[in-house]
Amino acid sequence: MIAERQTRVLNNVQAINEALDLALERDPRVVLFGEDVGTMGGVFRASDGLQQKYGEQRVFDTPLAESGIVGFGIGLAMAGLRPVAEIQFAGFLYPALDQILSHLGRMRHRTRGRFTIPMVVRAPYGGGVKTPEQHADSPEAILAHVPGVKVVIPSSPERAKGLLLAAIEDPDPVFFLEAIKLYRGVKAPVPEGYYTLPLGKARVVREGNAASLFCYGGMVEVCLKAAEVAAREGVELEVVDLETLVPLDTETILASVRKTGRAVVVYEAMRTCGFGAEVAARIAEEALDYLQAPIVRVAGWDAPYPPFSAVEHYYRPDAKRVLEAVRRVLTH
Amino acid sequence: METVRYLDDTGIPLRELPFSPEELRQGYRALRRARLFDEKAVLLQRQGRLGVYPPFRGQEAAQVGVALCLKADHDWLLPSYRESAAALTFGMPIHKLILSWRADPAGWGAPPDVNMVQFYIPIATQIPQAAGVAHAQRLLGKNAVAAVFIGDGGTSEGDFHEGLNFAAVFGAPLLVVVQNNGWAISVPTHKQMKVERIAQRAQGYGIPGVVVDGNDLVAVWNVAKEAVERARRGEGPTLIEALTYRIAPHTTSDDPSRYRSEETTREWERRDPIARMKNCLAHLGLWDEEEEARLSEALEAEFAAELALADQAREPKPWEIVEQVYAEMQPDQKAAWVYLRGEA
Repeated sequence: MIAERQTRVLNNVQAINEALDLALERDPRVVLFGEDVGTMGGVFRASDGLQQKYGEQRVFDTPLAESGIVGFGIGLAMAGLRPVAEIQFAGFLYPALDQILSHLGRMRHRTRGRFTIPMVVRAPYGGGVKTPEQHADSPEAILAHVPGVKVVIPSSPERAKGLLLAAIEDPDPVFFLEAIKLYRGVKAPVPEGYYTLPLGKARVVREGNAASLFCYGGMVEVCLKAAEVAAREGVELEVVDLETLVPLDTETILASVRKTGRAVVVYEAMRTCGFGAEVAARIAEEALDYLQAPIVRVAGWDAPYPPFSAVEHYYRPDAKRVLEAVRRVLTH
Repeated sequence: METVRYLDDTGIPLRELPFSPEELRQGYRALRRARLFDEKAVLLQRQGRLGVYPPFRGQEAAQVGVALCLKADHDWLLPSYRESAAALTFGMPIHKLILSWRADPAGWGAPPDVNMVQFYIPIATQIPQAAGVAHAQRLLGKNAVAAVFIGDGGTSEGDFHEGLNFAAVFGAPLLVVVQNNGWAISVPTHKQMKVERIAQRAQGYGIPGVVVDGNDLVAVWNVAKEAVERARRGEGPTLIEALTYRIAPHTTSDDPSRYRSEETTREWERRDPIARMKNCLAHLGLWDEEEEARLSEALEAEFAAELALADQAREPKPWEIVEQVYAEMQPDQKAAWVYLRGEA
């Protein structure tokens, strides 16, 4: 049992580094690559020390070309390896969209299973750390709209480690988005050794019955903070961490809505066509009769993520905005 | 850049040929087999028994010459949509190719002993993937190589550059074969690029580049053979530009009279790769009309049998749409699958 294991306090980058280390150790087919991933250990140090430990054949730098990285990885995967690619920032994924949309998620389908892509594409995403332009994007909805790929976004070091190891074991392509805000902002006990956590499962991280907050990645701590504030006024909010956006654990979402009758969906990407719209649509389709109030989204504004850090915090949802939405659904 | 040739425009050898008489005959048979497939495919399309089809008439030598150097259960082929000739020479069963061009899922997966990825429809995405497939062979300790095809138009795509650069940097055992057939649908090569020869670009990647007469089977075959040997020795990728011509329309839906004159086409028809190879064999005393008749008969019989196999394939079922999306069917696909089962 994982719960009985020894733990160590790690931040998210350390937990991810540990997962990559264990995957390389366990499966000789695993290879790690991307820009600055090798000698330097990644701009966030996620692969720190791994090239030194496993050699340049298994952990290597690539030319600076994202379409090349994803396309090259697809080739490695088809030929029988387990590639784990790092895209330096999720906002730099866009040159690879042809590879992603045309091939990554389709290869199994278009070859009737003859060729498959057991590949993980890791990318830091999201705002809140005063990064330069393009470095704070949250493109998860674009990725979730690609058939045949999975999309996973962890919210804590323990979850990140187990989910990343599960993603690397998975027979299909997985996007693994890591909230930059959480890389060093959160430290928590992490079980030692190799373990996986199931993909495709949402989890209730705080129980309550007044309203449900649905969130993932960097928004989980924001929602937990909002729930704490509400609790002081005697309002018990339920916080559900979706963790895997594709395949989505609709059952856990619906169970929470049936219990609370009120839903707020929180995500930091631009509001229109964001992933929260999908969550809201599923609730409306499957649990309308249980709703006591309209479903409300709290999200980034319909504008590019602001490249001017003095007002950045107005873009990214915070506990205050979440609580305003909670008030709306509670007073409807 | 010099163009590698072994045969003159009529097929008379310009120098000693680097293949045995039996190999030369084998090469000719492969060309004829490809030509027959192409002619039959166009006919089937006209009868409504094939979907939209991209013919390769005139480009047989450029594809067959490369495929003859590869072992299907060891090496890899990543063809674009115009490479049915490479595919069938490599080892794809003809009935699978027919099904494939019928857009029938039964044709999409190569047999387990044929390492061919289903024809690429987007342009140039196959190049970085081929670099990865090739590099993986080295990581896995195999001496296999990969061959990837693209057209002259495709070289304008970013992935052509990224893929070649990756292949070069990693020393991947890869053949990048550009069939310069003069046209990207309606856009001629001179509007596509400012360089005279696509193979010149190899210099920009620090790899060898070769220009070859793409309608000269012996030349293509030997250039590819040398590139394969180099790759197997661990000396990295080669960019091969095969000069050829798209005699046929872009696809069975295209009307070339809107953008080109038939004069050039007729000029290229005089350099037909199959007629040249046949002349070559006749000149060397390796072929006669009796053998030609036997070959025609054998190829017709093979195609008829394969077509019958394709015609026997069961109809695709509606619920197959949501199969093979993931290794394990996920809830959303499952719901669709149940619905589609009920519809049928």
